[in-house]
Amino acid sequence: MKTLTHYLSLHLRNCATALADLLAQPVATGLTVAVIGVALVLPASLHLLVQNGRVVVGGWESVRDFSVYLKIGTALENATAIADDLAAREIIDSVEVIPADDALEQFRSGFGVSELLDSMNSNPLPHTLVARPAEVATSAALTALEQEIRALPGVDQVRIDTEWVARLNAILDFLRRGVWIAAVMLVGAVIVTVGNTIRLDIQNRRDEIEICKLLGASNGFVRRPFLYIGLWYGVIGGIVALLLLGAGYLLLAPPVQRLTGLYGGGLELLGLDWVTLVAVLAAGILCGWGGAWSAVSRHLAAIEPK
Amino acid sequence: MIRFESVTKRYEGGHEALREVSLELHNGEFAFLTGHSGAGKSTLLKLIALIERPTRGLVLVEGRNIGRLKPRQVPEHRRKIGIVFQDNKLMEDRPAFDNVALPLVIAGFNKREIARRTRAALDQVGLLDKERSTPRHLSTGEQQRVGIARAVASRPRLLIADEPTGNLDPELSLDIMNLFRRFNEVGVTTLIATHDLNLLEQLDYRRIELADGEVIDQGNIS
Ligand SMILES: Nc1ncnc2c1ncn2[C@@H]1O[C@H](COP(=O)(O)OP(=O)(O)OP(=O)(O)O)[C@@H](O)[C@H]1O
Ligand SMILES: [Mg+2]
Repeated sequence: MKTLTHYLSLHLRNCATALADLLAQPVATGLTVAVIGVALVLPASLHLLVQNGRVVVGGWESVRDFSVYLKIGTALENATAIADDLAAREIIDSVEVIPADDALEQFRSGFGVSELLDSMNSNPLPHTLVARPAEVATSAALTALEQEIRALPGVDQVRIDTEWVARLNAILDFLRRGVWIAAVMLVGAVIVTVGNTIRLDIQNRRDEIEICKLLGASNGFVRRPFLYIGLWYGVIGGIVALLLLGAGYLLLAPPVQRLTGLYGGGLELLGLDWVTLVAVLAAGILCGWGGAWSAVSRHLAAIEPK
Repeated sequence: MIRFESVTKRYEGGHEALREVSLELHNGEFAFLTGHSGAGKSTLLKLIALIERPTRGLVLVEGRNIGRLKPRQVPEHRRKIGIVFQDNKLMEDRPAFDNVALPLVIAGFNKREIARRTRAALDQVGLLDKERSTPRHLSTGEQQRVGIARAVASRPRLLIADEPTGNLDPELSLDIMNLFRRFNEVGVTTLIATHDLNLLEQLDYRRIELADGEVIDQGNIS
């Protein structure tokens, strides 16, 4: 029990000393920590960007409905017949008929152009069918269906809006993979940065290390201060990254709000969720510790007193 | 306490610093190790502290063949020995207090005990008023005394000292030797390498004499 508390107090002292050592050199520490913070914030912000993009596109993904515009002058009975024909197909879930008159009414109330419309003696709008494909319908099947519908008598135009959504999704997938690659590379960079800083530290304290070993210090004793320094680099670097993320968020939130206002709402900037925050901090700590380990394991053993 | 059995130490490059050295130092003994410069005194002490390993032969410390110790067992072995180094090996930018406290920190004493023992050791070498000075601001003799205080701070049962009075005036040298004797009186086995012949004249203790890596005089076991 005594050895355990002793062990803990030793670690605590090492931990505090390491922090004091870092704070005693604010400029050098600040630079290292800034590099770590920026390296961590890049993949994190890219991740948030992709997350937000996915939510936005996700909202559009359900838009797979067809709009089928019939030729002007087609009788409403014909329109209903075509609708029934479409609805009978397995690939189509439901079909809604929007008669030309209803469309005109919607148009009139929605756009404030009633005088203009009133001045026309005939309804310029066609009957429209809105067909919702079944969930299981593949995009190939939908394309084939589109061709088929276009060939039906009485059909003027078919509009299907999913293609650019698919493209956007592909881009987001690509970016998501990019986030991973960036994360791996930048984590590597952080480990190298910390490793190199600690290697220099070890070199500067070579005599001290040699003396400790001469007096019977174990490898663990010599290693610990450097590991704690690495740990602190990681912790402070992680906090810097979080502050940068927070600042970026505050800067971006107002313009996004204005943007979503323009698009009729339904769009909100995804915030810094706990998982991301913890992941950034954890990545910082792991990188700091890992970098320290790599330096310590390569350079400490080489210092043997003579 | 210490036994060498036909120990040969050949350095890289082929120089044999010690040849077939056999000697024994009993528990509680006080002995000098003498010999010309390059005779192998430092090498012999380094073998005891496992700073070097023997090329051939056995080195036994407290009955244990230290040649067989694994690297990770070396620190524990060193912690049992108080060592005064020929070149002091002090941390240049740390105050005397920190230097003397280091073996106590390594041994894991608590803060209060470290302060108490460190001050006691500094007091014994007459440097209590210099505990805040770094080695840079101490005279060579004072630096040497800091090294001695550090060696005795953790109260080891075995003390080895390599030229501990090399830079001290005769009076201070005698003081330091008396300090070592006092430690010896409470049971610390002590081996001191020196070529300070004037000092040796004044002290009647066993002398082990080396010449060109060989023991030419075992001395009278006191
Ligand atoms: N690391 C080493 N590599 C090669 N040769 C060494 C090494 N250390 C010592 N020697 C050689 O071994 C011999 C004995 O050296 P040692 O330091 O033991 O002598 P010493 O008796 O302590 O001398 P001094 O009184 O000058 O300190 C010397 O010839 C020295 O050149
Ligand atoms: Mg020597």
